[in-house]
Amino acid sequence: MSMPFYVSPEQVMADKAEFARKGIARGKSIVALEHQGGVLLMAENATTLSKVGEIYDRIAFAGVGKFSEFDQLRKVGVRFADTTGYAYSREDVRARSLANAFSQVIGEVFTREIKPLELEIIVAEVGDDRYEDHKGNSLYRIKYDGFISDHPGFCAIGGNVEEVESVLKNDYREGMPAGQVANLGRRALSAGAERSSELDAGSLEVCFLDRERTGRKFCRLSADEVQGMLDDS
Amino acid sequence: MPLRGSYQGSSFFELLQSDHPLLAPDLSGWGESAAAMVPHGTTVLTMKFADGVLVAGDRLATAGHSVASRDVVKVFETDPHSVMAISGAAGPCIEMARILSVELEHYEKLEGEPLELEGKANKLSQMIRANLPAAMQGLAVVPLFAGFDTRRKTGRLWKFDITGGRYEEGEFDATGSGGLYARESLKHGWRFDLGRDEAIRVAVAALTAAADEDRATGGVDLERGIYPVVKICTSDGHGDASEDEIAGCYRDILAARSAGGNL
Repeated sequence: MSMPFYVSPEQVMADKAEFARKGIARGKSIVALEHQGGVLLMAENATTLSKVGEIYDRIAFAGVGKFSEFDQLRKVGVRFADTTGYAYSREDVRARSLANAFSQVIGEVFTREIKPLELEIIVAEVGDDRYEDHKGNSLYRIKYDGFISDHPGFCAIGGNVEEVESVLKNDYREGMPAGQVANLGRRALSAGAERSSELDAGSLEVCFLDRERTGRKFCRLSADEVQGMLDDS
Repeated sequence: MPLRGSYQGSSFFELLQSDHPLLAPDLSGWGESAAAMVPHGTTVLTMKFADGVLVAGDRLATAGHSVASRDVVKVFETDPHSVMAISGAAGPCIEMARILSVELEHYEKLEGEPLELEGKANKLSQMIRANLPAAMQGLAVVPLFAGFDTRRKTGRLWKFDITGGRYEEGEFDATGSGGLYARESLKHGWRFDLGRDEAIRVAVAALTAAADEDRATGGVDLERGIYPVVKICTSDGHGDASEDEIAGCYRDILAARSAGGNL
């Protein structure tokens, strides 16, 4: 009888993490930024396969890595949110509980399955001015191993996230108008893409959680609207 | 939150039935006696007009011969371009309208684009068919569905029977206990080229006629300040008729009546 090789748990986890990181590093980046009018999510993505999507009235989702995996997770999130909102009330669907549920699912796969999920996601929520305790925005980032963290102001995920983050860290200011934030996001993503020229509106996927809207606050901007927003500042 | 629940499709109604059966219970075990005890909604109507469709409903719900509620709402916006009006057992009806509205939003979020208006009407018809066992015991859901078809650039409307039969109407329709009287009134007042204000006037006249003949229909209650719901759906989305507009129409009807004219 042959004995299986002993591999230490540390080694197993390190190998899985390495595998997941490699998968994510191949992909492009996404930024989420708070501004005066809500939350802006911007991805470097010229394809028709969306990386940013609507989850619920005030909640949006963005994912990098393997498309089939994060898109599956987005759908799970929509099912979770719609069921919660139907069983209780629309105001009871909150980003923190959703982000925690995502973190559980991703963490569970990381520990139990041979192949971890090759993804990183952002869950963003825009504040609701009607309720004193719902006024603030929230940005949560969840990594391939289920590690969850919250990021007031801005948040980035994806391939060259260090370069992207360093631009945001230098230039992000609280309470910036939407146009300025859009330009900052584009500059950060361009730095991450290691390009000499800035990304054009057509290669950006831009979605917006608009504080002023009633009901569903998520909207997706067309290339022309993105250009308009970039020219606005 | 399981990564792979047993249901993987894009329908919220099927998701509830498959993964959350307690949230979509089967009401067919109630027996016929229950039907008389639950509130019933009465008269709702819909019509095409020049800019789109109008859907209206009175506010009364009855349980047997008693008033169950004087200000129940029977007309619901199911999404930015469609409206559902309910008549029948109020509980299952209102729940079906809620589920349909989540259904349309759910589909749009999962698939990235909304259903066509015809697809929405078809989905509603499947939900009514699923309710057939309960309907046979008196808990019927008989809605009207109308909306603005953004592709065909026109208003469209459908009526249904308890088996989920779906019938597109070209002009107008009304259902519920006072539906017959409302239809009679609409037959006289309706034209395909009615403007918004005229359409509201014709709708209020039809509900008033129904309330006149059918004791279970509420009509306009000036004393308590309870007005029918009148929703209008055009290419721009929804717009409700204001209470002042409805009260104005009703006062004109009363004035014509006391002057000796017909309704």
